[in-house]
Amino acid sequence: MTTSQASSRTTTEGTVYTVTGGDWDEVVESAAKADDERIIVNMGPQHPSTHGVLRLILEIDGETVQEARCGIGYLHTGIEKNLEFRSWTQGTTFVTRMDYLTPFFNEAAYCLGVEKLLGIEDQIPDRATVLRVLLMELNRISSHLVCVATGGMELGATTIMIYGFRDRELVLDLFEMITGLRMNHAFIRPGGLAQDLPPGAVDRIREFITTMRKNLPEYDKLATGNPIFKARMQDVGYLDLAGCMALGATGPVLRSAGLPHDLRRTDPYCGYETYDFEVPTADTCDAYGRFLIRLEEMRQSLRIVEQCLDRLEPGPVMVADKKIAWPAQLALGPDGLGNSLDHIRNIMGTSMEALIHHFKLVTEGFRVPPGQTYTALESPKGELGVHVVSDGGTRPFRVHFRDPSFTNLQAMAAMCEGGQVADVIVAVASIDPVMGGVDR
Amino acid sequence: MSDEQNTNSGQVPAPVDRSGEVIGVRKGMFGANNGGDTSGYGGLVRTVTLPGATSRPYGGWFDEVADELEGALEEQDLLPSEAIEKTVVDRGELTFHIAREHLPRVARTLRDDPALRFELCTGVSGVHYLGDKGRELHAVYHLRSLTHGRLIRLEVSTPDSDPHIPSLVEVYPTNDWHERETYDFFGLVFDGHPALTRIMMPDDWQGFPQRKDYPLGGIAVEYKGAQIPAPDQRRSYS
Amino acid sequence: MGLEEKLPSGFVLTTVEQAAGWVRKSSVFPATFGLACCAIEMMTTGAGRYDLARFGMEVFRGSPRQADLMIVAGRVSQKMAPVLRQVYDQMPSPKWVISMGVCASSGGMFNNYAIVQGVDHIVPVDIYLPGCPPRPEMLMDAILKLHQKIQGSKLGVNAEEAAREAEEAALNALPLIEMKGLLR
Repeated sequence: MTTSQASSRTTTEGTVYTVTGGDWDEVVESAAKADDERIIVNMGPQHPSTHGVLRLILEIDGETVQEARCGIGYLHTGIEKNLEFRSWTQGTTFVTRMDYLTPFFNEAAYCLGVEKLLGIEDQIPDRATVLRVLLMELNRISSHLVCVATGGMELGATTIMIYGFRDRELVLDLFEMITGLRMNHAFIRPGGLAQDLPPGAVDRIREFITTMRKNLPEYDKLATGNPIFKARMQDVGYLDLAGCMALGATGPVLRSAGLPHDLRRTDPYCGYETYDFEVPTADTCDAYGRFLIRLEEMRQSLRIVEQCLDRLEPGPVMVADKKIAWPAQLALGPDGLGNSLDHIRNIMGTSMEALIHHFKLVTEGFRVPPGQTYTALESPKGELGVHVVSDGGTRPFRVHFRDPSFTNLQAMAAMCEGGQVADVIVAVASIDPVMGGVDR
Repeated sequence: MSDEQNTNSGQVPAPVDRSGEVIGVRKGMFGANNGGDTSGYGGLVRTVTLPGATSRPYGGWFDEVADELEGALEEQDLLPSEAIEKTVVDRGELTFHIAREHLPRVARTLRDDPALRFELCTGVSGVHYLGDKGRELHAVYHLRSLTHGRLIRLEVSTPDSDPHIPSLVEVYPTNDWHERETYDFFGLVFDGHPALTRIMMPDDWQGFPQRKDYPLGGIAVEYKGAQIPAPDQRRSYS
Repeated sequence: MGLEEKLPSGFVLTTVEQAAGWVRKSSVFPATFGLACCAIEMMTTGAGRYDLARFGMEVFRGSPRQADLMIVAGRVSQKMAPVLRQVYDQMPSPKWVISMGVCASSGGMFNNYAIVQGVDHIVPVDIYLPGCPPRPEMLMDAILKLHQKIQGSKLGVNAEEAAREAEEAALNALPLIEMKGLLR
């Protein structure tokens, strides 16, 4: 392009070029051909706005994203393989660390699968099931709060982040009181729960509901009607119903396309068919719709938590079958670790068989009949499915998690290509992928 | 297990379900894999079988789905017995074992037939049955129908020596990453996948880490003056 | 680094050491290196209730070139390891590393093919913080301990001397496996 437009002649001084100018259309055309503007930008895997160690490979032309690809696997932990070397009960300790924002959903999905393989679904005590629902719904609130908070932070709205984490702390306080841990609880076990609610928990949860009902409108005031917020979110990350179905997107992404598909309704588990709640949808197919859905789901979750509290009846929280439930309920020793000396003296002094049984169950674990099962539940991100295979041993033969973050993240390219670079962040935040779940 | 009759335990007939798929053999009392069995039942040999084929009726909507699928396949001049190796109903779940060469056709039928309408594929999960000779690698698909509120499972098996399965990305684009993941972990090659590369492990990784013959890869840990071996090296029972 | 490394040992150097330590510890800029569960607790520490701003470090720098503390929060996979090292190399000296959580410190419960068994295989670690995940209070405690370390760090010839002493002590120390007994 350059030499042909300038003629040259050789003089004693050197080569002299005569530049006569050219047709602008020609210049523009050749510039477009030269492709100089098209560059490949690597976002991540260590980047403050990609929701963890997600690597986005963007081919951009100016500010427009021509092609977007994801690089994942930077947090691959080999949890599925590790599970094959631990007993069925120990498995909950691993699965809870998969999607670390939704620990109770991972545990519940896994435990429902194991229970189905064992064939003991009907024997799970009501109290355990109600408490599972209660914990899951509280967890849904905390997960959505992180999504809203980090999503806001990535837009530059730091206040939303402070708000989100403030309210998430309230949920974590409840979790800490109930399970003893803020995250990674391993509280839901095959057969029921590790422990019953501590005294005073119901009152604390009711208090939380009141506080949360007061706090939730603050997000509306801050964000929902905010013109900047709306301008950044509306019509960004567009994915319609056909796209969702083809790409397997579920959860708020699917519901933002107008389909009220929620496994709690369509394929109920844990008695969800008896709870009264709405499945919010939007028809905008965009990030703003997903944000509104998440806000509404938090309100619905509060309703479900309230109903759970109303139906809590005293009773056991573990199956009666002593081949599955550990024979000793935990009675803490004075150092806060292990069973109390009195309790151990009781077991050792009264029944040798109980001791042997306890030892076998704890060291070796229970056996699960051969077979396979798939259980799915509606995690805050979408359909969380667990494919569990047993070969009749005391350890899982294969556990595969179909994590919604993993599947939904595939839609990133469809949402981002053709848009602006800044909108990539919004689109990814609206999918709410958690890399622990994506990479497992 | 013909040699089972020769052992002492063969005199007492064990209630083994022979109809199912044998995936392995369990020896000894507690399944101690190293260190020997001290229970006195070290010679005990039991086969492990997955639930076998079910005969009609399957119950519930299972029969309807099976009828519709078979009818739809016949319409396409495909013998159902050729495509569907067996049908298993276990724990309230319906599984079709599909011959691998017919998988894309069956999947497309399941997706498009108005009476079936399994619109959503929840991905593929690989399972490596080391003891199932000739059918070591299984790919398990779960299909969900939002229209009818149903869930079925497709299972395809291949031998280790020829780990090829036709890709379903054409039918269910969502399987793109799922198939890459299964390739990455099990070495299952999905023919026709647009870009079958590693997804989780680094690109230059050797081996397929979630196969049963791949070690866990843990290291021994030093704790209070003793070496604790990695979980897969410990004395253990299963 | 700068002029402070060239000072002759003695009164001037120790005074400069104290001043530099005080300045450095009072505004540590952490790089965001959130990986897994611990990253969420790290973010919580920066948020309202725990408020890391009290220690002059609420601003997590997006770019490692502006940061002097890397909080490795979470499990480090084999695929992430080269990235982590590159981020560390991009940070200007003096720099510190907190290994947050057991996974980063030792691989933790994930003793398998995918996870680096301790981030100290890749980068030198100043503070190991146990817990799965550690509570925000624990992270703050680790940070305060790191502040003490930064305050006491040496410069110039004194730094060389301190390094020599540390190496000698390490060479003379018994390997862990020979230290018997329950309380060590």
